[in-house]
Amino acid sequence: MIASVPGRELNPRLALQDHWRAMRRETPFHSRLAALDFRNDWYSWAGCKAPLSLWDEELEYFAIRSQAALIDISPMVKYRIEGPDAETYCERVFVRNVAKLRPGRVHYTAWCDDEGHVLDDGTLFRLAETRFRLCCQERHLPWLLDSAIGFDVTVADETEAVAGLALQGPTSCALLKDAGFAGIERLKPFDLAFFPHEGGTVTISRTGFTGDLGYELFVEAADALSLWDRLWEAGQLRGIRAIGYTALNRARIEAGFIVANADFVTAEHAIRADRVRMPDEIGLGWLVDPGKPHFNGRRAILEARRRRSLGHVLVGLEIEGNVPAEHALVYHAKKKEVGLVSAAIWSPMAKRNIAIASLQRPYGDTRKDDLWVEIYALREGQYMKLMKRATVVPRPFVKLDRRTATPPADA
Amino acid sequence: MKRWDAIVIGAGHNGLVTACYLQRAGLDVLVLEKNDWVGGAAVSRSLTPGFTYSNCSYVCSLFRPEIMRDLELPRHGLQVIAYEGGAVLTQDGDFLGNYRDHEAHRREFARFSARDAEAYDRYSRDVTRQCRFIQPLLMRTAPDPTSLKPRDLGELLYLGRKFAGLGASEMAQTVRFWTMSISDFLDEYFETDVIKAYFALSGIIGTALGPMSPGTAYILLHHYMGEVDGSVGAWGYARGGMGAVTRALAASFQASGGTIRTGAAVDQVLVRNGKAEGVVLEGGEEVWANTVVSNADVKRTFLSLVDERDLPETFLRRVRNFKIRGSSGKVNIALDSLPEFPALPKDSPCLRGDLHFTDSVERMERGYDDWKAGRWSADPFLDVVIPTTLDPTMTSPGKHFMSCFVQYCPPKVEGRDWTDVDRDAFGETVISQIAEYSPGFRDRIVHMEVRTPRELEAEVGLTEGNIFQGELTFDQLLFNRPVPGYAQYRSPIGGLYMCGSSTHPGGGVMGAPGRNAAAEMLRDLKRGTRHMSAAHDVI
Ligand SMILES: Cc1cc2nc3c(=O)[nH]c(=O)nc-3n(C[C@H](O)[C@H](O)[C@H](O)COP(=O)(O)OP(=O)(O)OC[C@H]3O[C@@H](n4cnc5c(N)ncnc54)[C@H](O)[C@@H]3O)c2cc1C
Repeated sequence: MIASVPGRELNPRLALQDHWRAMRRETPFHSRLAALDFRNDWYSWAGCKAPLSLWDEELEYFAIRSQAALIDISPMVKYRIEGPDAETYCERVFVRNVAKLRPGRVHYTAWCDDEGHVLDDGTLFRLAETRFRLCCQERHLPWLLDSAIGFDVTVADETEAVAGLALQGPTSCALLKDAGFAGIERLKPFDLAFFPHEGGTVTISRTGFTGDLGYELFVEAADALSLWDRLWEAGQLRGIRAIGYTALNRARIEAGFIVANADFVTAEHAIRADRVRMPDEIGLGWLVDPGKPHFNGRRAILEARRRRSLGHVLVGLEIEGNVPAEHALVYHAKKKEVGLVSAAIWSPMAKRNIAIASLQRPYGDTRKDDLWVEIYALREGQYMKLMKRATVVPRPFVKLDRRTATPPADA
Repeated sequence: MKRWDAIVIGAGHNGLVTACYLQRAGLDVLVLEKNDWVGGAAVSRSLTPGFTYSNCSYVCSLFRPEIMRDLELPRHGLQVIAYEGGAVLTQDGDFLGNYRDHEAHRREFARFSARDAEAYDRYSRDVTRQCRFIQPLLMRTAPDPTSLKPRDLGELLYLGRKFAGLGASEMAQTVRFWTMSISDFLDEYFETDVIKAYFALSGIIGTALGPMSPGTAYILLHHYMGEVDGSVGAWGYARGGMGAVTRALAASFQASGGTIRTGAAVDQVLVRNGKAEGVVLEGGEEVWANTVVSNADVKRTFLSLVDERDLPETFLRRVRNFKIRGSSGKVNIALDSLPEFPALPKDSPCLRGDLHFTDSVERMERGYDDWKAGRWSADPFLDVVIPTTLDPTMTSPGKHFMSCFVQYCPPKVEGRDWTDVDRDAFGETVISQIAEYSPGFRDRIVHMEVRTPRELEAEVGLTEGNIFQGELTFDQLLFNRPVPGYAQYRSPIGGLYMCGSSTHPGGGVMGAPGRNAAAEMLRDLKRGTRHMSAAHDVI
């Protein structure tokens, strides 16, 4: 009765049974990455096999800052939001004004639960009047579907169907021109445009996670390899290097970007009630537009602002010395514990010891004096305990003119 | 004649935990067990040459690590090994796997529903939040809300503070959790039948309620609260079978100087002037002691071992009304080779976890309808494990022990007592369900032990065969377990205590009732409890 159900082979679910044999999914670019990988230094990015580095993270970092670095961003979670009500729907979900986001533009945004706690941050691509793509770190389908009730809109996961590449660095525009993406130089930051590729389309936006000149390219998974090859070939003269997450992470810290569930805990993952954060508590208050049509969490956020009950603040810190303060405690007057560093590096571009930290207000907010971090540096079997002065500084830590210059220079 | 410091009636795991802690506090303790072996419902016996069974309980995770440490159980042979998730085999020839790896788990759910796959994180966050609230209560004596004693007030305050600490929306969620049906609860997260059926299992195990009965959501929590070495919610096998737990406890007890007498059934607790003085064994032998603690369930203890005239009326009435309906059976099978399930790939890791064949909540509820009518379910819900895929000690290589937990199975068949014919028919219902999914299954069977509530009651002494010594519904939990006013392991009779699963925090191979009971007894005896670890922090 059981095994011989007629039409068994027609059930698409059955064809997917064996996914567990590859517990870490290989992205559409995997064969290209694997060919360039000499380290076998893989980690799991949203369940995909992704490189921490392919050759040497130091050299990979400098590819971002000097030539062009190619990063497989396919594992990023992507949702398609489409339908006549797509704009009003997005307006309802996200804290930032969507009416101001014209077709052909991208913006960074965030969305909150009813209590105003951040569910995630991400980039919203307006591909057409009634079509959006949301890129983010965590998965949100139930949230997005439930929010869609009453709107004429469809929301679908397209994470596996769409492959993504980031091409970042001073020569990235020149490289894309060489690769035949005519007119790419006209894109201003956060612009997007469609280009023909192999009978299909590649969506290119002037966006990225490095704070440098750079682009993100999205194609149907089937066209992934030919797109990679097209870039790779064009890069032979100017120099192109595939890189892993370690180098990218350095660049993003210099750019002052935050990572969900690293620099803050998303509301759907927070088990402890006090770990959730409002946008204002993680440096995203500027995204919130109280004047736009109603959005989820609005009342709670405005109420918290009015009552000044926001408990935390996320800040950039510059720390004395050269020892990165990753996960160090932050103190006031060397005594009172007031926060924690969530990301820290020695910045090669700024030649400074920089960090992103969450502090308990008023520290880091109205009281910025006398802040210290306690660094435990493990050196040959001993902790070197350092108490270093920290200064609150604006983010980004590194601001590059080439990120915004239009048209970009060739190098 | 010798007068013991304490007598423990019953060598179930809780009785042994109590005995261990009392002995280690310097008391001279005697454990009396009616069977010729120890273990109660945590027992491993060999009924056919070459095979060891987990005759009753079969998976381990609730057992408190603080107790394992205090009583040095690893040194006495206890080892708990984690296992892979398992699978629900569906009627259309597919299966829903449950993988330990988060992404594999998500992709598996996504085969059925993209939405459900992504709802899982929210679900596990909410269940984890509730567990974190309950877990610290397991190893504490429940406060008596009617008492004005500082300790009770302190504990009540602790409970109140913990509850208040949840925040308004969590508080509301908690109250709902304690009262909802598991089916309604799951509907808030998932849309797919088989996914809900998979989770609903934990809401009805050992309970004479259906997945649509209010109160079953909490029972899920009770099963989620376990851990294997800090991994909360994970389940494991006790290496050597569940009897390894009680073997280790018995060894620990004896190593600290304790005495166990098996084949010594207690007939009566000796009560003089409202105080327990010892026990009378079947056959008439009297054994004297300063205190007596019963590991048997509250009904067996007070309705058969104690003269009812020694008990206050209200207490007696409440004990009589304590809900302890049997709802489960067990089939243990010795196999000469590993069964095949064509729906599962031959090398599927799910074979090393628990297998179910009930792919909708609706089917579970229908199974419960049979129970209400006084019959075992025609289409029962099975929780099948083959521990020998991970444990090499229970039989020889290539051979396997299969444990099938079966629900629903009533304490009486249409109002009359079970017969051997009924029992065999019940066993056949189970085997034929497995054989539907596993061709050739019958040919692999070497030996089989079929246990209905009748057998469970006769052997373990579980009244009506209720596996938890009383249902885990909210009206019978915390300061209401087993009955209001007697939730602190004491009884109306001086010097007579309770330490079995009938008491807070309830059933399962957890050890917490036994430990808490020992703490209360030592408090009354003005003895130190420094040898008892406090509950691990839940941070
Ligand atoms: C079929 C089945 C499956 C289960 N599956 C699981 C599982 O997988 N995981 C899990 O955690 N839990 C499971 N449980 C529940 C768990 O086994 C029990 O809740 C737990 O073992 C009860 O332990 P206890 O020490 O409180 O009492 P018991 O184990 O009931 O011990 C009571 C002891 O007292 C003895 N006794 C009774 N009367 C007398 C007398 N008059 N004189 C002398 N001795 C007496 C009995 O023989 C017995 O040894 C299951 C239970 C059953 C029955």
